[in-house]
Amino acid sequence: MFVEVRWHGRGGQGVVTASELLAGAALAEGKYLQAFPEFGPERMGAPIKAFTRISDGPIEIHSHVYTPDVVVVLDPSLLENPAITEGLSDEGKLIANFSGTPDEVRKITKFMGRIYTVDATRIAMETIGRPIANTCCVGALVKVTGLVALEQAENQIRQMLESKIGKKGTDANIEALRRAYNEVRS
Amino acid sequence: MSKSEKKMMRATIPEEEYMFPGTVDCQGCGAAYAMRLALKALGPQTMVVIPACCWSIIAGPFPTSALKMPIYHTAFETAAAVASGLKAGLNIRERDATVLAWAGDGGTFDIGVQALSAAAERDEDIIYVCYDNEAYMNTGIQRSSATPWGAWTTTTPRKHPKDRPKKNMMEIMAAHKIPYVASATVGHPEDFVRKLKKAKEIRGTRFFHVLATCPTGWRSPPELMLELPRLAVETRVFPLYEIENGVYSINRKPKQNIPVAEYLKVQGRFRHLTDQQIQYIQDHVDETWELLLKKEKLGRLF
Amino acid sequence: MSTVKVITGNHAASFGARDSRAEVIAAYPITPQTQIVELLSEFCADGTLKAKFIKVESEHSAMAACIGASAAGARAYTATSAHGLALMHEMLHWAANGRHPVVMANVNRAMGPPWSIWTDQNDSLAQRDTGWLQFYCESNQEVYDTTMIAFKVCEQVLLPGMLVLDAFILSHTYEPVEMPDQELIDEFLPPFDPPYKMDLKDPHAFGALTTPEWYMELRYLIQEAHEKALVKVREVEKEFGETFGRHYGPLELYRCDDAEEVILIAGSTASTTKDAVDIMRKEGRKIGLARIKLFRPFPNKEIRDIASRVNKMIVIDRNISFGNQGIFFNEIKASLYQTKHTPPVYGFVAGLGGRDMKIDDITGIVKQAETCNIEEILWWGVKL
Repeated sequence: MFVEVRWHGRGGQGVVTASELLAGAALAEGKYLQAFPEFGPERMGAPIKAFTRISDGPIEIHSHVYTPDVVVVLDPSLLENPAITEGLSDEGKLIANFSGTPDEVRKITKFMGRIYTVDATRIAMETIGRPIANTCCVGALVKVTGLVALEQAENQIRQMLESKIGKKGTDANIEALRRAYNEVRS
Repeated sequence: MSKSEKKMMRATIPEEEYMFPGTVDCQGCGAAYAMRLALKALGPQTMVVIPACCWSIIAGPFPTSALKMPIYHTAFETAAAVASGLKAGLNIRERDATVLAWAGDGGTFDIGVQALSAAAERDEDIIYVCYDNEAYMNTGIQRSSATPWGAWTTTTPRKHPKDRPKKNMMEIMAAHKIPYVASATVGHPEDFVRKLKKAKEIRGTRFFHVLATCPTGWRSPPELMLELPRLAVETRVFPLYEIENGVYSINRKPKQNIPVAEYLKVQGRFRHLTDQQIQYIQDHVDETWELLLKKEKLGRLF
Repeated sequence: MSTVKVITGNHAASFGARDSRAEVIAAYPITPQTQIVELLSEFCADGTLKAKFIKVESEHSAMAACIGASAAGARAYTATSAHGLALMHEMLHWAANGRHPVVMANVNRAMGPPWSIWTDQNDSLAQRDTGWLQFYCESNQEVYDTTMIAFKVCEQVLLPGMLVLDAFILSHTYEPVEMPDQELIDEFLPPFDPPYKMDLKDPHAFGALTTPEWYMELRYLIQEAHEKALVKVREVEKEFGETFGRHYGPLELYRCDDAEEVILIAGSTASTTKDAVDIMRKEGRKIGLARIKLFRPFPNKEIRDIASRVNKMIVIDRNISFGNQGIFFNEIKASLYQTKHTPPVYGFVAGLGGRDMKIDDITGIVKQAETCNIEEILWWGVKL
């Protein structure tokens, strides 16, 4: 297995944290991984990308990701951007934070591969209380790809967040992850 | 000897010598005497950091040393930064010493001002002494921002002498709100030693601006090494004062109004000045003095 | 028990400095190095690392303060990049000539103008002749490991050392990094006790004016120390490998045993090249990789060894010495001159200013080396 994931979002939405979260969970499962942001200055609100590579064997490659297997879009306003589907073959998967159906996303993106939607912003508002879609999107990705186990993602959230935002906030993020896992639509 | 005579004779300058004789300074060098006094005041628990300046030479060539203390010779603009690092290194190893950064006016007013300002802003626990001979003397008398208005140097020839006033380093350092800022001269050894002893007991950045006679660069007779800085103080060209935790105190207020011309005329570097130019200097000196008196009256300023 | 964390190359550098027990850190922020100093500030603030962090106003002062700390006998560390390194230049000489084993991480970033924050090697290679040891890392794990390797070697030979990591490709990329038990690290890297330091009981003048009568001897001693450092790097890396199970060496060989041609490269592109080598091997090509980890002192012996076993060498430089050629290319050729085995050496300049180096680029370069004129500087991928 060698999977490349590309994350799209805006600066400040936790895009890099999502890629790091997935990487950490993969490590806990004994997989090899690499995660990195788009190389360059990051500005609040500007479209940004991040990448995660997960593999059964050691990862040597240090070049950019050009042909991702999975694309995750954290911000629905970015779906119209052609960069979303760049390098994504019809064999690939597109996971979008979107309140509507996958068919609606297909109309916007013209992507012919498999599309999944999750209303991550709403879930985040109902659980975390803020429109932070990153943990939800990880939940959806875990369900769709099975790259890591859900519990592993939960553990990773606890490890990364608890010391920074406390138990309550961490629990809310885990709840968001689980709900997105269950509510993702295909 | 009467009791009052005994009191008068009491030596305030320690007898111990931490500087070896036979250094290679010029005749009548104020910088050399300043170091001798400073080490007497600070004592043997002192480490000295010296950037490029006359003292890079005076301290003696490898493998000799003019001082009984450890010396670190460093690059021109780095005295304050190296001293900060040295102090930190000693602290972390739980070793103690007074760290003395010893720089000329070029290394302080000009090229070293960035590192010095930063060290003062961090309030590094160091004593920084600028011995000011008012030009780049080690390289052969080129103007620095410490060179006074009107002075000749090899880069401010007599046809076009320095046309900007001396930078006010005392005020620049005071603006960093460090605990102790003092001026001193080699013509007032007791005063200099007293201030260093006081500074030694204070923690944080302590800055000294010391007027150090340079007969070579000032074009003055070497035997006036002590006399010239005294004249500078008496004519109020170089006021002696301290700024301790934001409080100004002037250490010497000359009773007589000696004109600056008395100070200028014995130095070849001012020989070309016209009466009008000398009056300009006098006016500037008077203004600066008045301002200083006002600051002293205001009490604590920071 | 060792722990594994998923961290960036920058944080690998910070953890490396922490676990090497740096005692004085003086640093100034610059993209893309900032996270190194941010994390070290936190370590110092929360007591995780017992060190004094001097937040200086410039890289020049950062190196000056490290020198001061080292003169006091403390273990000093800093980190910088590109323009910061260039500003330090004077003090880089001072650190080496003053025999201070300061260790520094330099995040390889292209020099301006125009502004670039992306990787190439011209910043560190421009400091070639300052007397610093230079280690080029290809992974975050190696950044972490090399910090303590550098301290150990540098403190034994009394020279400063720079470990180099590529901007973003390592500095901002998360990878798993294994950190051994502190006890084991402490055994590997005992506290630093320099033979000479600023000492009230044994006062010396450091760096005093030295006439032509003695200056040259002091420089000779530095060259001698570099020669000793080459031996020490081999020894220390061997010891590191035996203790922690990770082996590097001054010139890391990958699939070179039966190789007829070899690619020589430094930095993170070397790891991408490993994948490229695998692909070319599958196609039947007997090709290998010799990754230059140590640039100063230069591993001449290792370079000559590999040269004696292959028919062709292809050097990929992420740098250029303007008016001449790629810097590694030149150094490698100089290393082989007047030796018995001098296979043709092809030099490519590629990936400047962070231009991505993909597997295709490596295989493309190898292909071009079949037909190109060896006497030309070979620019890879230039659009002009």
